[in-house]
Amino acid sequence: MTSTTLERTTAPAAVGAGIVDCDIHPSPRQGGASLKPYMPRQWHDHMDQYGDPHNGPYASVYGFPRYMPGTARRDAWPENGGPPGSDLDLMRSQHLDRNNVALGILEPLGFGTTARNVEYGAVMCAAINEWQIDEFVDREPRLRASIVVPQEDSAASVAEINRRGPDRSYAQIELPSLTLEPLGRRRYWPIFEAAASFGLPIGIHVGGPTGARTASGWPSYYNEEHLSLVATMQTHLTSLVLEGVCEHFPDLRFIMIEGGIAWSISLRRRLDRLWRTMGNETPHVRRPPSEYMAESFYFSTQPVEEPETPAALTEIFEQVGWDRVLYASDYPHWDYDDPNYAFRGALPDAQANRVMRDNALGLYRLPHGARAPGEA
Amino acid sequence: MARHVVGKASELEPGERLATTIRGRPVVIFNLHGEYYGLLNRCPHQGAELSKGVVGGIAVADGPGEARCIRPGDFIRCPWHGWEFDIRTGQSWCDPGRYSIKQYQVAVERGDAIVKGPYKAEKIEVSVEDDYLVVDL
Amino acid sequence: MSEEQRPRRIDCDIHVGVPAMAVLLPYMTDYWREQFVSRGIDNMELASYPPKSPLACRPDWREQGAKPGSSLEAVRSHVFDGLAVDLAICSALYGGQVAMSEYMGAALCSAVNDWVRDEWLEKEPRLRASIMVPAQNPQLAAKEIDRCAEDRRFVQVLLLAANELMLGRSYYWPIYEAAQRHGLPIGIHAGSMYRYPTTPAGWPSHYLQDYASAPQVFSAQLQSLISEGVFGKFPNLTFVLMESGVAWITPYMWRATKTWRGIRGEIPWVTRPPSAEVRERVRLTLQPFDGPDRGEQVERLIEQIGSDDVILFSSDYPHWQFDGADPIPPGFPAGMVDKIAWENPLNTYGRLRESLQ
Repeated sequence: MTSTTLERTTAPAAVGAGIVDCDIHPSPRQGGASLKPYMPRQWHDHMDQYGDPHNGPYASVYGFPRYMPGTARRDAWPENGGPPGSDLDLMRSQHLDRNNVALGILEPLGFGTTARNVEYGAVMCAAINEWQIDEFVDREPRLRASIVVPQEDSAASVAEINRRGPDRSYAQIELPSLTLEPLGRRRYWPIFEAAASFGLPIGIHVGGPTGARTASGWPSYYNEEHLSLVATMQTHLTSLVLEGVCEHFPDLRFIMIEGGIAWSISLRRRLDRLWRTMGNETPHVRRPPSEYMAESFYFSTQPVEEPETPAALTEIFEQVGWDRVLYASDYPHWDYDDPNYAFRGALPDAQANRVMRDNALGLYRLPHGARAPGEA
Repeated sequence: MARHVVGKASELEPGERLATTIRGRPVVIFNLHGEYYGLLNRCPHQGAELSKGVVGGIAVADGPGEARCIRPGDFIRCPWHGWEFDIRTGQSWCDPGRYSIKQYQVAVERGDAIVKGPYKAEKIEVSVEDDYLVVDL
Repeated sequence: MSEEQRPRRIDCDIHVGVPAMAVLLPYMTDYWREQFVSRGIDNMELASYPPKSPLACRPDWREQGAKPGSSLEAVRSHVFDGLAVDLAICSALYGGQVAMSEYMGAALCSAVNDWVRDEWLEKEPRLRASIMVPAQNPQLAAKEIDRCAEDRRFVQVLLLAANELMLGRSYYWPIYEAAQRHGLPIGIHAGSMYRYPTTPAGWPSHYLQDYASAPQVFSAQLQSLISEGVFGKFPNLTFVLMESGVAWITPYMWRATKTWRGIRGEIPWVTRPPSAEVRERVRLTLQPFDGPDRGEQVERLIEQIGSDDVILFSSDYPHWQFDGADPIPPGFPAGMVDKIAWENPLNTYGRLRESLQ
């Protein structure tokens, strides 16, 4: 078979009423310098002289050089300068307007959450949290912000959540996936407690600077690092279930962002089997892991798996659960999934509505009185 | 099928590309070492505009660590996911049997021939002494 | 049931247990014997399989006071009789593979291989074995392969899944060169040297989580072998992923192939998609089976893998991966059993055919 044309596969119903995109990356126009107005003066020199030390071999770039500059789509660089994701007008024309995005969740990356110096991290997180509102949310009603926190310091994280929590411009708390420890460990529980108190879900987005990417050390290539991010998602899902977070915070919701979805199916079976044989090691986990997964977890699609037979994708969604799957684009990054063409199997209309919009609307914290997209 | 005049040949230098729309269809024309090739300006993967990608050679290797770059300028790399397409054939490098881009014939015609017709040149001023790029579509 | 009707089965992953360091001492040099005895180094069981953990031995296979899998009589009754197995490939996982010192590792691996030969292969003709090697020093590992490979009852080389480096790195190529030269597949078995946290996001709290995370490092190693060009460099080498599960492989294939299509220029020596390498060069042992439990879904899983050559029958004895008398999972298509339990093992392990002649 030779494919020279594309079939539009998203159900038009969802597109007509607008879609929800769970993963849009905003960037400060001048990098960290754009955040200085939001930071106490004494940290400006710190930023210039030391910055945010990464756990990697280079002073200012990732250890695994990306395959595309800025990890971005080549067509997403604004003509007037600045990195991809820094120009709201381009974001509108290239993505929000073009794809009828009615609600987009901003997922800022790399500021504050990655800091080894958690004091600096807390300052950066506070800055990026305010910056998102000024530069994007206040100017574009279709966008909502994420609260980023210096997650390795739970006290500072809780303080930041308490500061931002009452503002419903923030739809979720965002955590990176390369944390120092699996997220179910007790050091992170105060973050979950605070999230639950505001009814905010936790979005776990792949990435971060921490540690060897595999249990066998460091790989050589970017494509390997890219794959290892899936493992971080598996780690946190496993940890949150088996350390008892899901049991202890039954109303808290976790969104696994940018890890794909298909891997969760065999992991679910593996966890259920192991819980049956070795559940006595985790007596606080009272029910089979699959039950917690079905209640506590959502999975965003991108980078969506591309099975050789497109119908297999529909089966994957079916098995993960149509109520658990959320569309995400990852705009403006290179592995962007286009809402019209990414799902190569035709999604049934009703299910497409859920994946492209309705599941997310029932999940994120939205402003009081705000109308859901498509609502009269 | 008709013949569409898309621009002056002299305005598309070797190594350059021209994105245009013909009968509502996005088309990109490449000048490859003086030869012209036309492709549908849409990646068969997820629909990106190929004309916004980078043109380059193709990386091959005789073995691990023995990498070379060959055929410089012959490939367009999709601006999104980086799939590489042979500008001459439209075939993808990663899976040429399965993914390829529709090709359009590009010819160079003298202005005096075009003026006699039958060509469509709605947006282009044609002067008899220049050469023009003509696409069959 | 008559002998002709009985389905033939080759169990590609069973474990025999080293009961104590004492049994290995006769196979060591004076130096190492003295070291192990005088320093009181008596127990080098792997952290990957704590002997008393429920996973390490199915309850009805456990014998009071004995290390799991340490009795030949038990293996005869539980595996050959109990699971109706004709041939079984055993691995004796022990401390040599994970030792911090490469020389101690080499001494232990050699002793284990000799002990397996004398105590198991000599006594039970239906057994075959994996060669344990010290991956800490690939030159010594290659020497050990050369030493053991003369005995054709050793049918593969065994590495653990998590090591000091990624398995695709050229550092390990002497092992692959030796294995290919002797026509031995490389078995990559669940287990870790514990040099790094068991996950890329640090150490979990429970053994249960360590074990649950095992497929992560298998997929990373597969990606490493592909990315570093091992499949092209060693065209006759097969990799058997042992005790990793099965159903995780399709999401891996989809994702890795999608990524490769776009950024393959980073590794241009890889000239075909990861999914093709898996189908032709990678095998997966059956247990612990993480696939669906309905027949048509299992068939679809195999369709999605794109080949019915990939799965190899295994019980993972004495590990507790299934209950009852049949390692074939519920819903597994009956028509495929002979394929995975007989044809695929024979095609994977070249040396097994010799025993049929």
